[in-house]
Amino acid sequence: MTEQTPTERARPEAIKAVPVRHPGRWITIAVLAVLAAMFVHLVVTNDQFNWRFIFVSIGEGRRGVMFTGPVLAGLRGTILLTVLSMIIGVALGVVIAVMRLSPNPLLSWVAWLYTWVFRAVPRLVLAILFGNLGILWERIGFGLPFDAQIGRLFGITDLNAQFFSIKATDLLSGFVAGMLALGLSEAAYMAEIVRAGIQSVDSGQSEAAAALGLSRGQVLRRIVLPQAMRVIVPPTGNETIAMVKDTSLVAFVPVSTELFFQLQAISSRTFIVLPVLVAACLWYLVLCSVLMVVQFFVERHFGRGYGARTRTRTRTRNAQRRQEVNP
Amino acid sequence: MSETAMVRAQDVHKSFGSLEVLKGVDLVVEPGEVCCVLGPSGSGKSTFLRCINHLEKLNAGRIFVDGDLIGYRERGGKLHELKEKEVAEQRRSIGMVFQRFNLFPHMTVLDNVMEAPCRVKRENKGEVRERAAALLDRVGLAAKVDSYPGQLSGGQQQRVAIARALAMRPKLMLFDEPTSALDPELVGEVLDVMKDLARDGMTMVVVTHEIGFAREVGDKLIFMDGGVVVEQGPPREVIANPQQERTKAFLGKVL
Ligand SMILES: Nc1ncnc2c1ncn2[C@@H]1O[C@H](COP(=O)(O)OP(=O)(O)OP(=O)(O)O)[C@@H](O)[C@H]1O
Ligand SMILES: [Mg+2]
Repeated sequence: MTEQTPTERARPEAIKAVPVRHPGRWITIAVLAVLAAMFVHLVVTNDQFNWRFIFVSIGEGRRGVMFTGPVLAGLRGTILLTVLSMIIGVALGVVIAVMRLSPNPLLSWVAWLYTWVFRAVPRLVLAILFGNLGILWERIGFGLPFDAQIGRLFGITDLNAQFFSIKATDLLSGFVAGMLALGLSEAAYMAEIVRAGIQSVDSGQSEAAAALGLSRGQVLRRIVLPQAMRVIVPPTGNETIAMVKDTSLVAFVPVSTELFFQLQAISSRTFIVLPVLVAACLWYLVLCSVLMVVQFFVERHFGRGYGARTRTRTRTRNAQRRQEVNP
Repeated sequence: MSETAMVRAQDVHKSFGSLEVLKGVDLVVEPGEVCCVLGPSGSGKSTFLRCINHLEKLNAGRIFVDGDLIGYRERGGKLHELKEKEVAEQRRSIGMVFQRFNLFPHMTVLDNVMEAPCRVKRENKGEVRERAAALLDRVGLAAKVDSYPGQLSGGQQQRVAIARALAMRPKLMLFDEPTSALDPELVGEVLDVMKDLARDGMTMVVVTHEIGFAREVGDKLIFMDGGVVVEQGPPREVIANPQQERTKAFLGKVL
């Protein structure tokens, strides 16, 4: 009996099998296509939608409602409000999450209290409340705490040790009030998201970093947070998209440079209701689509070192490099 | 007891809650010595190793590394806890290698090795890069500098972890079962790197179940059980001719 070594043996024929058929898929596609066609037909032929009013013009020489000046200004306001309140929310959220996980019980308790309060109060209520803070305090200032009370203690009735102060209604203009209401509320939610992210990182990571001599701040910034981002980013995308829509709440502060407020103003002026709502939906759809693209890239950035994508990419890169070295 | 010892542990006690894990451990490791630590699971080997670089706080006793009291300052007969920054400073000169590698998965191999010298010692980046590349070459991974840890085998990851610790130019290296998470055929490559280190005169404390490594490379072997050092001596003697019943029973099982 002779033994064949693998190199001598002929390579077996490549498999050419008949693939499994999926008739169910084709039926589903057909049904969905018919439903989609029915929907498009309904939307296009129903005059109530008034597509001309939305896209083209209301009258001679004017633009469609989606592109009129006030609506575009409102759109800008909505984007700005989303970005600013998310910046506040994320930055403050990280701080609160770190406080919550700190070994200092006071910090941890304050963070818990913050989350408790700001998650309990509805955003709409918070927005209206911030818009009316001027009723509670006339002036807001920065200086010696409890100056009036300390003054009274020493028999001075009107001690004013404020370095500067400003009328509450000036500081908390509608826009700032809305931004703070949304941002502070968001921070409470972000704090929980960030906390979950930090806790998802294996404790061996911070141990290894500490053993190398990194300080606690460095361990957090360089090792833990970048890894936590993988867990933090997807729900943050959710929060951002929710925020785009929640900006419509500040119409009650009231803030006028906001998309929904502007569109509503048009509908109450022209008595054209439905197309205005459709226009609003379309703008929100556009904004959210852009955000989803952004999220895709952010996720890919923080996924490096994990996914199959980086794997193949570096591998081909290394292979190329090797070829360059010895052609 | 010499003043020049690299590690001097005196009567080290450590409890987790009501569970007393270390019940008075004494150990002296001279510079350039390789000390292997053997013992059954749960005997406190990892805990003792983690005490040496203050990842765990002692309840009683003292540990000195190169003459410095770890984690505390003794002033006027009283112990003062060191600040977090000072503890971090002490840890710079003590390298540690973990059972589960603990490489930073979001950084390339090269960045893993460069992280601590760049961030902690704020050394010149170009110099660190050269040194890191040289270290990776030394552990046989020159071709992997741009890979991420997730793309490496266990043995390769552990060799990166050793290079990462060496990049801080430590005077003492602690190994906690560096090969027990590895497939048998990968154990050799990691042990080879460690043997190379020992030949270069690095002081090492190695928790291991590799009796062969202890016999070949070790200058001293301690056997721990139930939170105390049961037996110690030159590895060949202890392995060939254990004096204590518990040591005999343990060696009988692993040999
Ligand atoms: N952080 C902790 N909290 C509570 N108990 C702990 C902690 N770390 C270790 N222990 C306990 O201390 C004891 C000793 O653990 P240690 O990890 O030092 O053992 P070991 O000798 O390294 O064992 P192995 O060979 O399995 O690694 C065990 O009973 C373990 O359950
Ligand atoms: Mg252990």
